[in-house]
Amino acid sequence: MTNVLFVEKIGKQYGDTIAVQDVSFHVARNEIVGLLGPNGAGKTTTINMVLGVLEPTWGSIKIEGIDVAKQRSKALQCTNFAAVYAPLPGNLSVYQNLRVFGLIYGVKNLSNRIETLLTQFELERFRDMKAGVLSSGEQTRLCLAKAMLNEPHLLLLDEPTASLDPATAHDTRAMIQSFATKGLCGVLWTSHNMYEVEDVCDRVLFLSRGRILLEGDPKVLPQAHGKATLEDLFIAVARE
Amino acid sequence: MNLSRTSAIVIRHFYLVSGSPARVLPLFAWVAIDMVLWGFITKYLNSVSAAGFDFVPVFLGAVLLWDFFTRVMHGVTMAFMEDVWSRNFLNIFATPLSISEYVSGLVLSSIGTSAIGLLVMIILASTIFGLSFLAYGLALIPFLLVLFLFGIALGIVGAAIVLRFGPASEWFIWPVPALVSPFAGVFYPITILPPWMQYISRALPPAYVFENVRAIVAGQPVSGSALIAGVALAVFDVLFACWLFVRVYKHSVRTGLIARYSAESVT
Repeated sequence: MTNVLFVEKIGKQYGDTIAVQDVSFHVARNEIVGLLGPNGAGKTTTINMVLGVLEPTWGSIKIEGIDVAKQRSKALQCTNFAAVYAPLPGNLSVYQNLRVFGLIYGVKNLSNRIETLLTQFELERFRDMKAGVLSSGEQTRLCLAKAMLNEPHLLLLDEPTASLDPATAHDTRAMIQSFATKGLCGVLWTSHNMYEVEDVCDRVLFLSRGRILLEGDPKVLPQAHGKATLEDLFIAVARE
Repeated sequence: MNLSRTSAIVIRHFYLVSGSPARVLPLFAWVAIDMVLWGFITKYLNSVSAAGFDFVPVFLGAVLLWDFFTRVMHGVTMAFMEDVWSRNFLNIFATPLSISEYVSGLVLSSIGTSAIGLLVMIILASTIFGLSFLAYGLALIPFLLVLFLFGIALGIVGAAIVLRFGPASEWFIWPVPALVSPFAGVFYPITILPPWMQYISRALPPAYVFENVRAIVAGQPVSGSALIAGVALAVFDVLFACWLFVRVYKHSVRTGLIARYSAESVT
């Protein structure tokens, strides 16, 4: 398996505060990696650095071997993301949002791609509705459709199923898993739902106070550390 | 430069404007009101002043040119503010879109919106109040070019200020043309200003335009060197504005301002 994301000893310092310290990890093709940790652990800071919207104070990030700091546009061409805190503009319709971001990502056969995603994410009936009037679950589906527009090699998902009902969340997980295993994609996934993480992720990284404390298979990691479940392990790590 | 990415910004703005009467109306309403107001003021001045002097090309023409500059500047700023108001920075800047493509998109959006305002002003000023652009001759081209470039430059500077200081700082931006106008000599020769104001005027490209507008109306020749100076200054201002925006953007990426923009907490 080749790496789509390679993060080497990145750190972020604000004045005297170190938000992320010497974090290194990789995401391989067809792999879903869970980035776990309590609030304020540095997950979103790490994701923002991978997305090129936050400059690391030190360290390097490579997407498909391309250095984000040196060739930002090229690296982000094959990347996409969805996050609960980054809804798409509410004053554009579902179709308009997908068209605008499709053009930005240079998606070929954009009209066909949009139709496919509208069907896949059950958004056809909202096609001409302003994104701002959709329910939070529908907005999440729209964000996920946007994240799939360019069939990214690296997909960053920050709590992608947080606003979805259990049935839709289940279908969405299945869709992302299928996308990750069949295509060229690797996924970095953050979630506070440990059952979801255990179900979806091939590997997890536990981040606390800006450092990676644990790494491994979510199905065997709890037992290896004397805990019954991943949630118990999460609580133990968060309280450390 | 990727044209598809630049066009995305223009299309986004087209979608927003075409779908919203609240965005369409300001494109021409305020400039139309200005034309009507100043049209009647100039007609009144023509009726009470000594015969032979026509105030229409002096005042109405000046207001038209100044409003064109204002529309260009606000066109750039408005297109940028759409991303501020919809909290879209993370979505926009976490894409392959480069800063030059983004700024080009803002400028192209402004060309579209300011052209509508210019067209409405020309129709009103020429049909109702008899303003003829033939009076300015070929000099009209550099006049519009200087004002367009300076409007672009101030629009980009405005966007940089809002990016740096947060959404609330937009209130610094809208009055900028009013702040500049006393120094630009829109309605009077800059020689009437105190010396310290004249120094500032010489650094402002529009001052060279309005000095020449008055020269033409007074039957004097256009100063080619002054117009070249105006164009050169305006080009310099655009380059400076782009440099400033890139600098502010890099600062925002370094400090995390883009990722946490609405918080306005990062100084």
